[in-house]
Amino acid sequence: MIKTDVVIIGAGPVGLFSVHQLGIKGLKSEVIDNLDKAGGQCIELYPDKPIYDIPAVPECSGKSLTDNLLEQIKPFKPKIHLNERVQEIKEDKGLWILKTSNNKTFATPNIIIAGGVGSFEPRKLPLKELTKFEGKSVFYSVTDKTLFKNKKISIFGGGDSALDWALEFSKYSKVTLIHRRNEFRGAPHTLKELEKLKADGKITIKTPFQIDSINEGKEIKFIKIKNDDEKTEKIETDIILGFFGLIMQLGPIAEWGLNMNKKTIQVNTENFQTNKQGIYAVGDICSYPGKLKLILSGFHEAALASVECFKRARPNEKYRFQFTTSSKEIHDRLGVKK
Amino acid sequence: MPKIKYIEQNGNSKTIEVDNGLTVMEGAIQNNVPGIDADCGGSMACATCHVYVEDSWLNKLPKAEDAEQDMIDMAYKPNKNSRLSCQIVVSDEIDGLTVTTPEKQT
Repeated sequence: MIKTDVVIIGAGPVGLFSVHQLGIKGLKSEVIDNLDKAGGQCIELYPDKPIYDIPAVPECSGKSLTDNLLEQIKPFKPKIHLNERVQEIKEDKGLWILKTSNNKTFATPNIIIAGGVGSFEPRKLPLKELTKFEGKSVFYSVTDKTLFKNKKISIFGGGDSALDWALEFSKYSKVTLIHRRNEFRGAPHTLKELEKLKADGKITIKTPFQIDSINEGKEIKFIKIKNDDEKTEKIETDIILGFFGLIMQLGPIAEWGLNMNKKTIQVNTENFQTNKQGIYAVGDICSYPGKLKLILSGFHEAALASVECFKRARPNEKYRFQFTTSSKEIHDRLGVKK
Repeated sequence: MPKIKYIEQNGNSKTIEVDNGLTVMEGAIQNNVPGIDADCGGSMACATCHVYVEDSWLNKLPKAEDAEQDMIDMAYKPNKNSRLSCQIVVSDEIDGLTVTTPEKQT
């Protein structure tokens, strides 16, 4: 079991800045995120898109904002547990016990939920019958390429992932690429390669088509696709791959007994505590009158929550507000050499 | 004030007066119209404010940009009438616009 002053759920910008605000107060924290990298929506949804409303940073990208935050919290040697989702929490003798999808457990007086709109999961094809084949003949990501050798593969999607895997699998399998419109969105050299493979008969492209149905029975043998005019076509298929990006799902957080307002958690704006003592919500996931879903609002919320975290983690010490410019204590924590 | 009609898959509908300059998504969120999630808050990054625009209105709206079409690729059951409601700005010209929300957003 990992004991710490604060567990932060979510490694987006607000979760990362929470590490900083806790760190300068001398509190240790551990961050847990379901994605394979830190940065949250900034890195998953808009790594290259510009952001213009970070105070004193006229322009940055989702990626550079994340990189700079990671740099800023380096002195605190943050422990970020990636590819892990917090599954359940329970209270035990004034502490919160958290359990993750990788069966790690944490014990802490404070949990800061900086979970954005939830954890990222792949979007799925809109056909219920496919659920029972997931992981066997229906996939939304590729982990083991050998499963895709000498097969009849139907790939759905029009972006980079769909195109890259279509090209790769066309080397050793029969690939049909199916997309809802005629335009594909990919790197120029990928699109060129796709044209070439199509001309050579190495890849079949079906547009504008979407999935309609699959055969009945225990194995996938064929799929039917249809276009906007309801014209259908049958395609022999062993494996279906779908690449529709990621969607944010609130997941287990909804079951923790917190006061919710749709997909957001209600907080007290003095300290961003929820209806449970020691559990805070900051960033996009919290709601209160006048809430704005801005990164800068999340930073403010993290700062205030960190004060309350200090009070619970150090009940015998008095909290003293200090400025980073002048506090020797903070300079020591930041490793500033003078 | 322009009126926007939102129809659910079950046939229920709500007609709402939405201020000029707001988006069709904001009109829905501010008035608790079901069926529109708008997880990303209107930054064209999530496709959970997907709607089907009624045929007769489709060509009267400014065309969707490439980035919007790319996002619609990710939406649940898109068709040729699909738009992201966060990209449709309300004005007097679209008074009476009718959109249908999908069965679900994710």
